[in-house]
Amino acid sequence: MAQSVIFKSSIGKKAIMAVTGLFLITFLIVHCTINAMIFYNDGGATFTKYAHFMGTNPIIRLMEIVLIAGFLIHIVDGLLLWKQNRDARPVKYAVNNPQANSKWYSRSMGLLGTLILIFLIIHTAHFWIPNRWQQGLTNWENEIDLYARMLEVFQNPWVVLIYVAGCVSLFWHLLHGFKSAFQSLGLNHAKYNRLIEISGIAFSILVPFLFALMPVSIYFGWIK
Amino acid sequence: MKFHLKVWRQKNAKDPGRLVDYTIDNINPDMSFLEMMDVLNDELIRKGEDPIAFDHDCREGICGMCSMYINGRAHGPQRAATTCQLYMRSFKDGDTIYVEPWRAKAFPVIKDLVVDRSAFDRIIAAGGFISVNTGQAQDANAIPIPKADADRAMDAAACIGCGACVAACPNGAAMLFVSAKISQLALLPQGQPERYTRALNMVKQMDEEGFGNCTNIGACEAECPKEIKLTNIARMNREYLTAAFIQE
Repeated sequence: MAQSVIFKSSIGKKAIMAVTGLFLITFLIVHCTINAMIFYNDGGATFTKYAHFMGTNPIIRLMEIVLIAGFLIHIVDGLLLWKQNRDARPVKYAVNNPQANSKWYSRSMGLLGTLILIFLIIHTAHFWIPNRWQQGLTNWENEIDLYARMLEVFQNPWVVLIYVAGCVSLFWHLLHGFKSAFQSLGLNHAKYNRLIEISGIAFSILVPFLFALMPVSIYFGWIK
Repeated sequence: MKFHLKVWRQKNAKDPGRLVDYTIDNINPDMSFLEMMDVLNDELIRKGEDPIAFDHDCREGICGMCSMYINGRAHGPQRAATTCQLYMRSFKDGDTIYVEPWRAKAFPVIKDLVVDRSAFDRIIAAGGFISVNTGQAQDANAIPIPKADADRAMDAAACIGCGACVAACPNGAAMLFVSAKISQLALLPQGQPERYTRALNMVKQMDEEGFGNCTNIGACEAECPKEIKLTNIARMNREYLTAAFIQE
């Protein structure tokens, strides 16, 4: 009963979006914290220590598979919802004024998600894919120097711009997604709604800002 | 007052339909939008033309019939009001006004501005009965209900099933309507016996009717003439997800 109801129903699909979304938010916390080690500005010593742990620890590598699954489910489920929602209104309004009743970023989660996906492909092609490729299936210690690679990749101003644009898309996506996840799971309570909303805004600003600061700092040579 | 109207005309469900221009003059600013439409129809009938079909009934904001999408808004620009509660003084003299039917796959157009909203009736029917004791009606005070719960249930029960939530939702979702109907019973002791089957069955019917999925945009809440709150949708999600895990 539970399986068919969850995977086929509208509310079930929304719950899956919410659970995977919250899971991806926890990933952002880990990813951002570890990358922020570059701000020690110690030639990458601290960053490399943690990056090495993340690239070689078996539990982390196992969670990496769960993370990929999380991304795929979030993306596929999102596309399914987008298609169903588009089909629910075959004839469009000749005149529509949605800005009078809702926020543009709430209505554009599919578009923002697609922009983030494009960024994600570029981003993994820069770091994650070449690293795992060199490690192969067994030789996990044979990592690439991610810090040196960062310094090299972020010399190109276009790359820096793409990364900043990716972070801006992430900001808008999170601004709706964070609090929306709680609503979809039915976690709505007069006492805690304000807390969820404020945490959502703070998280949406802080995490993409820190991420964007990384390529910018390297490009301007604040971090060497 | 003088207005340039662009009204959706569609002979029947199969006709592709189109916007037709009308100009109307000498409109009293204190006329309701529906009365302005009556004047227009009167002119059309006198000219021997087919009058514009539109739904209306109580004309006092309680029946939910007057479905019109006016200048890109469900029931027009006024907050917490139906079309019959919208007055021509809300517009400027010489304005161009677009009038369209609700647009949703689950609300097919019957004629002009009239859409078939029986999908809502089928969702209500799917909710089924509530168990009550037979015999004499018991004393109203016999069942203790906290005031706050009674208020929340009454707020949900204010839903008039007009469909503005579906019309305004970019996804064509009916969740504000269904959540109001689920909430009004889930909050009260009388609704407890069938609480979870009701949530499962009503949501199942909603999905089968071809409504879209809620993405928490909030346009429904902003356009609802009865100001039904999004908290009802969260409650419906909670009821449904709980039901999905505990029902056999």
